[in-house]
Amino acid sequence: MYELLIAPFVEFEFMRRALIGAAALALGAGPVGVFLMLRRMSLTGDAMAHAILPGAAVGFLIAGLSLPAMTIGGLVAGVIVAVLSGLVTRFTALKEDASLAAFYLLSLALGVTIVSMRGSNIDLMHVLFGTVLALDDGALLLITSITSITLLTLALLYRPLVLECVDPVFLRSVSRSGTPVHLIFLALVVLNLVGGFHALGTLLAVGLMMLPAAASRFWSADITMMTVAATGIGMASGALGLLLSYHAELPAGPAIILVAGFAYLGSLFLGREGGLLWLVLPGRHLEA
Amino acid sequence: MLVKRNVVTLLMVAALASFTALPATAQERIPVVATFSILGDLVSRVGGDRIDLTTLVGPDGDGHVYSPTPADARRVAEARLVVTNGLEFEGWIDRLIASSGTDAKVIAASDSIAAIAEEEDEDDDTGHDHGHAKGHSHGHSHGHDRKDAHNHSHDHAQGRDHAGHEHGEFDPHAWQDVDNVKAYVANIRDALVEIDPEGAEAYAENAEGYLAELADLEKDIEAAVASIPEDRRKVITTHDAFAYFSRAYGLEFIAPQGVSTESEASARDVGEIIRQIRELGVRAVFVENISDPRLIERISAETGAQVGGTLYSDALSPPEGPAGTYIEMMRHNIRVLSEALAS
Repeated sequence: MYELLIAPFVEFEFMRRALIGAAALALGAGPVGVFLMLRRMSLTGDAMAHAILPGAAVGFLIAGLSLPAMTIGGLVAGVIVAVLSGLVTRFTALKEDASLAAFYLLSLALGVTIVSMRGSNIDLMHVLFGTVLALDDGALLLITSITSITLLTLALLYRPLVLECVDPVFLRSVSRSGTPVHLIFLALVVLNLVGGFHALGTLLAVGLMMLPAAASRFWSADITMMTVAATGIGMASGALGLLLSYHAELPAGPAIILVAGFAYLGSLFLGREGGLLWLVLPGRHLEA
Repeated sequence: MLVKRNVVTLLMVAALASFTALPATAQERIPVVATFSILGDLVSRVGGDRIDLTTLVGPDGDGHVYSPTPADARRVAEARLVVTNGLEFEGWIDRLIASSGTDAKVIAASDSIAAIAEEEDEDDDTGHDHGHAKGHSHGHSHGHDRKDAHNHSHDHAQGRDHAGHEHGEFDPHAWQDVDNVKAYVANIRDALVEIDPEGAEAYAENAEGYLAELADLEKDIEAAVASIPEDRRKVITTHDAFAYFSRAYGLEFIAPQGVSTESEASARDVGEIIRQIRELGVRAVFVENISDPRLIERISAETGAQVGGTLYSDALSPPEGPAGTYIEMMRHNIRVLSEALAS
């Protein structure tokens, strides 16, 4: 048991770093994912993750695989796409999902083109899939800082955020905080994706955000419990994914997301809240 | 059939032409395509001014995985000679040649070298010892007519769905052994002579001069390796492209990834490599120009092994860089290696 679960982390520092990185990511991205899901913006997260790519690619173009350059580039690009798609939605007939889809396809193509301008396809793979096994001090500091900012901000904005999830009309009637809260929330999404991007790459960064959140929905109807469950599932996925990568010789990033994916599938069947298994079994508690 | 008198006239004309008509031949330079930068350097050394060379994958580019552009297809279509490495290094080239509809002569420069078989199992605990004699004599199977050799590789590409994403049964990085490059040069020279018999003399002369440089290079590499204490001849590098170098000169290269650059390293791979560094007492870790530098720095931070510098394996650097030509590349590599290992 020790050999299986603990020894890899004791023996290798890179495993410990990857574990801490994944856990920190799950801590910040889990709650953000829950709010995204509750606001029916799950695909927004995906679109934003792709939107980061061209920015990170410009950073890569200027400075190579440099942490600050790619971080700043990703942040700027993410914010630009969020704002642009918001503007398009507000001022044209196009719905937000359509404009996001348009922008994310544009960004993906642009990002791949920019990376290819300077580097080889291998560099592109590094940017698309990240390197959770190669987290240095800078990357870890960045990820943990982003998580701290995320948790503090969520704590401050918790009430308006929850209100906007369950009853946006009521929130609008009692307060004007709706729009700024929404913008700050989008900024948190971008921040967490940029953090996740360093560990998991642009394509998979959104995985630790949405999969645990979707899974948590099957375990509780309470938002607070959902965020706790999502965080727990994300952290467990990180640890198990790393162990899977270690023992089964799989690429680390995809292994983590795969475990999170299986957690979702498991929850889908077994979850207490609307899991498929409970739908099939006769619900005795519903009898009068 | 030429009558004797015609031969004499021809010779006179040729002699005359060499004085007066040189610009005319220079105008009609022979379009030649080489697949990647190292090969491009070799071809340009042999072809000299008589050829108009296009290199598809430029400096620092990865020849394993490459998406040809329409412009590439046009250049291949216009070419009279296409020089590939062979050994299924460029999985994309067969499709490019087929789709361009070119009638150019296609050669594999690695024809008739002793290729090293690809290691199937990357999981041996003793480290990846490429020094052992796994070399199959590849010569006789490829010794037949070159046209056949080309068709043969065609069949291969059709047989595997992932052409361009996998290597075949042999390690294609044969240019890491200078001896093989001598064979490359001979193959390139013969092919050029075949499509441009008039330049035979020039090609032979160029090749001869270059082969002499290669011989010097080989001597220097051997001397440099000899000056490194035997128990220190172990190197960690990201990319397993040095099997031929290892076999020829006796340095051991250990890599966290397989021969191809595509598979992402798993946690197990990285763990294994760190264990190997600790157990074998490896002193130097090298970053290559086309693999993830962050991963190798992490490994080095964890083990205290020195990050030695950059080795060039699959691609040249830009001309102003440290490895602008094949010879500069090999000299750069051996200098970096001996500095890191001898200190």
